[in-house]
Amino acid sequence: MKYIDYKQLNPFQKFAYNFTNFFKKLPGRVAAFFKAIGRFFVRLFTGIGKGVANYVTRFIKGDWTVKLSYVVFGFGNMMKGQIIKGLLFLATEVAYIYFMISFGFVYLSKFGTLGTVETQQVKDGPFTKTVFGDNSMLILLYSVLTIVVTLVVFFIYIANTKSAYKLQQLKSEGKHIMNFKEEMKDFLDGKFHITMLSLPVLLIAIFTILPMIFMVLIAFTNYDKQHMPPGTLFTWVGLDNFASLVDITSGAKKGVTFLELTKWTVVWAIFATFTNYILGMIVALMINKKGIKLKSLWRTLFVITIAVPQFVSLLLMNQMLQTNGAINILLSELTGQEVAIQFLNSTPLMARVTVIIINCWVGIPYTILSASGVLMNIPADLYESARIDGAGPVKQFTKITLPYMLFVTGPALITQFVGNINNFNVIYLLTGGGPSTENFYQAGYTDILVTWLFKLTMNQQDYGLAAAIGILVFIVCATLSLITFNMSKSAKDEEAFS
Amino acid sequence: MIKSYKARRVIANTLIYIILAVLGIIWISPLVYMVLHSFRAEGLATVPYLIPREYSFQNYIDLFVNTGTLNFPRWYLNTFIVACCARVISTLSVLMVSYAFSRLRFKSRKKFINVGMILGMFPGFMTMIAIYYLLKAMGLSQTLVALVICYSAGAGLGFQISKGFFDTIPRALDEAATVDGATKNQIFWKIILPMSKPIIVYTILTSFIGPWTDFILCKLIMGDNRDNYTVAIGLQLMTSLEFKSDYFKQFLAGSVLVAVPITLLFLKLQNYYVEGVTAGGVKG
Repeated sequence: MKYIDYKQLNPFQKFAYNFTNFFKKLPGRVAAFFKAIGRFFVRLFTGIGKGVANYVTRFIKGDWTVKLSYVVFGFGNMMKGQIIKGLLFLATEVAYIYFMISFGFVYLSKFGTLGTVETQQVKDGPFTKTVFGDNSMLILLYSVLTIVVTLVVFFIYIANTKSAYKLQQLKSEGKHIMNFKEEMKDFLDGKFHITMLSLPVLLIAIFTILPMIFMVLIAFTNYDKQHMPPGTLFTWVGLDNFASLVDITSGAKKGVTFLELTKWTVVWAIFATFTNYILGMIVALMINKKGIKLKSLWRTLFVITIAVPQFVSLLLMNQMLQTNGAINILLSELTGQEVAIQFLNSTPLMARVTVIIINCWVGIPYTILSASGVLMNIPADLYESARIDGAGPVKQFTKITLPYMLFVTGPALITQFVGNINNFNVIYLLTGGGPSTENFYQAGYTDILVTWLFKLTMNQQDYGLAAAIGILVFIVCATLSLITFNMSKSAKDEEAFS
Repeated sequence: MIKSYKARRVIANTLIYIILAVLGIIWISPLVYMVLHSFRAEGLATVPYLIPREYSFQNYIDLFVNTGTLNFPRWYLNTFIVACCARVISTLSVLMVSYAFSRLRFKSRKKFINVGMILGMFPGFMTMIAIYYLLKAMGLSQTLVALVICYSAGAGLGFQISKGFFDTIPRALDEAATVDGATKNQIFWKIILPMSKPIIVYTILTSFIGPWTDFILCKLIMGDNRDNYTVAIGLQLMTSLEFKSDYFKQFLAGSVLVAVPITLLFLKLQNYYVEGVTAGGVKG
């Protein structure tokens, strides 16, 4: 359809057109997403292939010092005058070998089985003595650590061969070879990114990536109450944890719980996102309307609730919603009779609606805050020219304000959706997952997936199952976020509006 | 015609004032309730009426004098120390990472940014168990050092907003400085940082507020070591069944004491927040 044809449709036809178009384009978008993943793997493998090829060429073309530095780190550097750098490379190799012999190899060799020697109680005269066997937990953790260290050393090794070969080239071309001091200086200029990134990346590697790999691996083990180191061992079980999550035959509680909680999580995320977005925008528009005085007072009134730490306001809300809490007292005083509504502990529906309403209280100020900024950023001349053209306030809203808001905050909406899937605080502090039920496996009616995950780890030590849930949640969230990221990239042409 | 238009606007505006006032009262009343009842002198945990009848400072005094079972001043100090240390480390790493991603051009920069984004999407507390064991292996469990590490280690991943800010500083400045012989290091310290006061203040304040509000991670790391609690888990402990009847009023008082400084900081932060969200957040 051409633009001119589209312009002549009435609003309903326009909506229908856009609606069908969205679904027509959807398969294409999903396909593009998977294609991108495919391309990523193709690039990855060709990259690896190229790396190997370069590695071999360097070895063939290099002189004997380069060849020797394939075994002895830093040999090439030392022979060509970069003594300190060479020694650093060598020190890395020595330290790595020592690390592997004294520590890494012991754990890595048990990685396949996660330990075989059980902890036993041995009779020692009148007393029983505990003889500790293998600790599966530590074997897994230290194995992952060893693998990460090995990867790092591998990259240093490659850098070492590259550097040796490069020095050979420089020397044959008769160019200047930097000494250690010059090289250090280069870290403040040409290689400044390495200086800037190394410390943060190191911290992230140890405290984010390492635990992440560890937890992903846990999802494929039977680490739970019955298999708890150091008392007992746990081992690899393949996809059993995932299988138990999708098993919804009657009597399979875990599968049923997963299905029901997934439904509720989606419902919750949709309601929580859109109530906050729409209501928050309306309030923001009211505050920012021309002619309304005391704008900053109104804004501060709402925004001040963000400033109070969330756990404080949620714990307070929880107390106020009890049967003898402030809200029931208020209702009693207003109606003149005894009111004792059980907001959080009676029916699932009641509790769920309450949670969504309270979430409005928590979330709307955030929308007001970000929407006010965007509203103020709308170029005033747009409105001016609209007024000159004779547009009324309603038309200005539907033709300028709303499109602009959706244009700018659209991606943020999906981010918020993802945030609500992971909205741990509101559910956990407000209801604790209640009302509790026997129908679910260790979960209540208002539990979303992440709070269930938390309960499984904290109260039940069902680490394997919890990790499996975490991976599934992560896949959903990451997919959504990546799509958003690509969308906002394509919509990056913000000049379109100004 | 003009008169009716004016009249319509007056009516609309009055309506809006009324709605805003009602909403404002709904939003502010839980906080008023909290402050009023933190001064309540009579009754135990709850009373069957809304406005307290007698006021005193007793709850606040108890909070600081009655430190036998629940040591609130100590928790307050803990949180303050942790927040100060974490703030330095995380501000530095955020600024370093975002400067590198925004102003420096190097191989696989895009890849680093994408990996950073994906890592940021991982539900944080899923990795907490592993972090717990890692800290235990380092001999740091149940210490404040562990908390500082936890709050600041991942900070580098929150580079988006300040990267968005750095992106808006004209590159011509860098180029001019380079022509004059400045190194990248000098450009960072002498040109970019002095120009980035808003985003630095924003980063410092957000990282300072973090430890005051988080409680999941802290709860896991500290376990039953009540001496090293921060205010968040301390206050949650006060509302647990075991302590609620004796400590609820003190919980309210403690909440006020936590909320007031954070609120003041936040109001200062608000302008930066609006700027940060709109200027940095959208560009990605």
